[in-house]
Amino acid sequence: MATTEYARNVVLSSKEYDVVGTRPVRPDGADKVTGRALYGADFNASGLLHGKVLRSPHAHARIKSIDTSKAEAHAGVLAVVTNKDLPSGVDGGVRDLQRNVLAADKALYRGHAVAAVAATSPHEAEEAIALIEVDYEVLPAVLTVQEAMAEGASILHDDLRTDEGGVKGDKPTNVAEHFRHDLGDIEKGFAESDVIVEREFNTATVHQGYIEPQVASALWNTDGRVHVWCSTQGAFPVRDEVSRVLGISESRVRVTPMEIGGGFGGKIPSYIEPVCAVLSKKAGRPVKIVMTRREVFEGTGPTSGSHIKIKVGADNQGNIKAAHAYLAYEAGGFKGSPVGAASQCVFAAYAIPNQAIDGHDVVVNKPKTQAYRAPGATNAAFAMETVVSELAEKLGIDPIDIRLRNVPKEGTRRAHGPAFPRIGCEEVLQAMKDHPHYSAPLDGPNQGRGVSIGYWFNVGFKSACTISVNPDGTISLIEGSTDIGGSRASISMQAAEVLGIRAEDVHPTVVDTDSVGYTDVTGGSRTTYATGWAAYNAAEDVKKQMIERAALIWDVDADSLEMVKGVTRSKTDSELKMTFKELAAELNNTGGTIIGSGSLDAGGLGTGGGSFAGNIVDVEVDPETGKVSILRFTAVQDAGKAIHPSYVEGQMQGGSVQGIGWALNEEYYMSDDGTMTNSSLLDYRMPTSLDLPMIDTVIVEVPSPSHPFGVRGVGEANIVPPPAAVAHAIHNATGVWMDRLPMNPAAVMKANWSK
Amino acid sequence: MKWIDYASASSVQEAVDLLKGGGARPLAGGTDLIVNLRIRRLDPDTVVDVKGIPELNEVSYDASKGLTLGAAVPCYKIYNNKAVAKAYPGLIDVASLIGGTQIQGRASIGGNLTNAAPSGDSIPVLIALGAIANIAGPNGTRQVAVEDFCTGPGKTVLKQGELLVSLSIPAPVKGSGAQYMRFIPRNEMDIAVAGVGVSVVLENGTFKSARISLASVAPTPLFVKAAGDALVGKPVNDASIAVAAGIARDAAKPITDMRGTIEYRKHLCEVLTRRGLNVAIERAKENK
Amino acid sequence: MPSKTHVQTTINGEQVDFLCEPRQSLLEVLRDVIGLTGSKEGCNDGNCGACTVVFDGRIVTSCLVLGVEAAGKEIGTIEGVASGSTLHPVQAAFLEGAALQCGICTPGFIVASKALLEQNPNPTEHEIRFWLANNLCRCTGYDKIVRAVQDAAVRMQEA
Repeated sequence: MATTEYARNVVLSSKEYDVVGTRPVRPDGADKVTGRALYGADFNASGLLHGKVLRSPHAHARIKSIDTSKAEAHAGVLAVVTNKDLPSGVDGGVRDLQRNVLAADKALYRGHAVAAVAATSPHEAEEAIALIEVDYEVLPAVLTVQEAMAEGASILHDDLRTDEGGVKGDKPTNVAEHFRHDLGDIEKGFAESDVIVEREFNTATVHQGYIEPQVASALWNTDGRVHVWCSTQGAFPVRDEVSRVLGISESRVRVTPMEIGGGFGGKIPSYIEPVCAVLSKKAGRPVKIVMTRREVFEGTGPTSGSHIKIKVGADNQGNIKAAHAYLAYEAGGFKGSPVGAASQCVFAAYAIPNQAIDGHDVVVNKPKTQAYRAPGATNAAFAMETVVSELAEKLGIDPIDIRLRNVPKEGTRRAHGPAFPRIGCEEVLQAMKDHPHYSAPLDGPNQGRGVSIGYWFNVGFKSACTISVNPDGTISLIEGSTDIGGSRASISMQAAEVLGIRAEDVHPTVVDTDSVGYTDVTGGSRTTYATGWAAYNAAEDVKKQMIERAALIWDVDADSLEMVKGVTRSKTDSELKMTFKELAAELNNTGGTIIGSGSLDAGGLGTGGGSFAGNIVDVEVDPETGKVSILRFTAVQDAGKAIHPSYVEGQMQGGSVQGIGWALNEEYYMSDDGTMTNSSLLDYRMPTSLDLPMIDTVIVEVPSPSHPFGVRGVGEANIVPPPAAVAHAIHNATGVWMDRLPMNPAAVMKANWSK
Repeated sequence: MKWIDYASASSVQEAVDLLKGGGARPLAGGTDLIVNLRIRRLDPDTVVDVKGIPELNEVSYDASKGLTLGAAVPCYKIYNNKAVAKAYPGLIDVASLIGGTQIQGRASIGGNLTNAAPSGDSIPVLIALGAIANIAGPNGTRQVAVEDFCTGPGKTVLKQGELLVSLSIPAPVKGSGAQYMRFIPRNEMDIAVAGVGVSVVLENGTFKSARISLASVAPTPLFVKAAGDALVGKPVNDASIAVAAGIARDAAKPITDMRGTIEYRKHLCEVLTRRGLNVAIERAKENK
Repeated sequence: MPSKTHVQTTINGEQVDFLCEPRQSLLEVLRDVIGLTGSKEGCNDGNCGACTVVFDGRIVTSCLVLGVEAAGKEIGTIEGVASGSTLHPVQAAFLEGAALQCGICTPGFIVASKALLEQNPNPTEHEIRFWLANNLCRCTGYDKIVRAVQDAAVRMQEA
């Protein structure tokens, strides 16, 4: 087999630029390696109080009464709040949010916030919440989608009715929504198939596992404005949520995003921000709440556990004729799981003429689920990819070849409606096949190799950026995307490329909601894509104004000038030219500085085609304990254009390892009464450095058709393929097909025993 | 955390005086105690820092008398001690796997024993090595074999005012070897699903003696005397080992919880006993 | 309320006096009493390593040390790693090697890695991974962290 001689980390580059594609030091790096960077918990303010949240000890209970009098009388306590301190009469979505940040008549999961206290020290606040008396009527809990969907199941919300394609059901249920996407005729497709594989899967609830717990501070000022300082993936969405929960207009809330210690989707929603605000209003002083790790596990966004059935039919040549997916996803205590996104990803890596997808959004007595890196797609890919690998084995076709045979391309129609624009699925699969890892021999017994592929969108959404030119030829760049993993660098580099200056000559700052235009979350693989695009637009605006200024200085027509690699020059007179730095130095003497701005709505889900990621993984399975060791791991992903390849590799490596953790050990281990029994970083078992090999990367560049540099967001697709790749490798090592996540030692051993 | 008082003792007597009134807990490395205070699993009014007491910091090894290991000696000082590392590789197994590097900078074997977790990694190997706990209290000193020290999860024979001062471990004899082997899903930073401490003494190709103890499969670390006794006089071979491993499996009384099922944990006891014995035998063969 | 305890200690080579409650951890004291917020809290039970400091020559998780235990000890934090405005080779290697993403775990990793290289100037990949297993990172997958420590080892030997 022909293989390419790849370095450990390789970029299969599509186009070379001056700045884009290089690896400068990140602008915020010095503060982060010296401990000076200020994260949410590092915030301090004059008179700062410390809050603590009382949480439900029951997974499902009616709250009959709350007596806060003893807590209010406790030393050091300045305020106690419950849901009654929030405005009433808000509409559906806001009501759910309000009831998630402080429970109203019911506690819907263990860890659901019930009341909060502000005191002069965190220890006093902790003492005080223990004095709050809550009278609960404990109700039966439903902890999985199967339990929640069963006849006679305990009902979380008496007023919830199933939304069946826009039509509401007529009886109480835990199924918030059922939808179906259809393409072609699956009955016909299965009838044409020579081989059909039909399997059922269960995946456990997992947590994003960011190292920094949620933290927020708020001051309800005497002028009626609320200022929030928090760790969030999106200052503007927090502003909007806080204002809605508090029933005040957006402009009365100002959110200052602190540095953020990881999020992965879990730090999009608000939890403690509005609680801090109402505590501050009562106490008349700023209030800070820092969650404990246990609160993070019990009270914040896990992502959905799921129950999935996949049926795929193919002819003897491996052409997939038909596929059906049944997806039932946990929403947690309130409706809104990522099953919709899952339904659009489950078959994304295949051109299948006949397909149908049934999706179910199911409430259960667990924390409200939140986005987690390609939300919904990993569960779905685990199931679909496992079925495709089994199909390949049954047909005697190489597992990459069967994927190439059914590869989606530009124009491939998808069941939910749209067709793909230019995508890089084929290029990713080909890079996997060409990689020396794929043809390298395994070197021991009980070893196996697995492959899989996964897909995630680029979300576009809204971003804004302004740039001002400094007299020394540098620029100051103002943006609103919290930098969760090096995006200051990747955004700055796009502006630098336009202006022909060095990356180091851009000074980016992430600012508060009063100081930049509306910018959506750092999420959906959109930041380098959309905020980078806004920076590109702002830089183009600067470029245009710089040319106009030079025209003024030289007294020539602006149309006769151009800026090439930072040099403003005449198209006709070679004497007329100024470097960016020379022109910048003239600005204050010729009318003042130049400020460029850019803002855009870069589109919705699916903008630019999205990104495919594939894995090759080698494992060794201890036949006596079931323990799986990852021996070698190669991650391949289409980046469109890698702006800063080191941070693209970092996303690929980090996402892969989160996927490995999800594959092997991570889960919410629930007791029968709905308590997560492993709510610590010891027992939740995220991978440590010792559990992993180096993660080799191949960056494939198939430029996105929409972005000026061809960027595809790379933050998420990388978490999608690992569980299925590991399952495939386990199969090749042991002969068993795993049908559940996590594939922990006990589960692998049990599967081995039953084969 | 609720308010606590802190006292530092500089002698065993001072510590005993501080502890005997009740409501006080000794503080050595604190890696279990401070967590337990925070989650209120323990609720003392006072913590008594015992790290300033000379006897609790003692590490003295004598090839004839054996090892005296102060109860507050942090793990890293054990594995950094060359003489101890050479004489007690089984002890080094546990000192270098409790927690991670940072935890090993504070955590002590004595603390691991007095914490009395069913999963306490050091306890099976202490039992296998025949370690004795040296206890001081208001009524003087006493000695308790480690296999008799733990009485339940988090519970020990220590009475109010008593303090674990040190552990005495007999000198290794010629032909002896020991090992601790645990099974964890991660490769470090984890709680044993099951753990096995073994020690053997070999003579002329047979087992002269053997001791086998299990972790995480009963309310306390379990000394499985019958498993070791079954090896005595038997040839060093797979068949003998299989018998002992089977006895260990049958003796385990695990529960099903987040760490594993009853069936799986009993199975692991057999696997780990076999694997542990094989390592201990190799060590014994080198110990001429 | 009972009174606080006066503690005298040495932090990053400077003598420091502070008052704390005995229930306050060294991490709380560093962050909330002294104002050295570079050490981070990720779990408060010793399992993430974000609060790693050097305590009398050995790395520990400062969330599992009481502030009062600092009396008479020598403590080193992330704030003491650089020499003035010059980064320590470990810091430079992390920065230039893109070995951080969100950065919350970075202070703990740098303090722990520096301690490793001071006692083992040329560690193997396995030794690095073993030493750092008490430090969790959720962003990087550890690849670039391990490489940064290898790079720092070279830089320190060349220095």
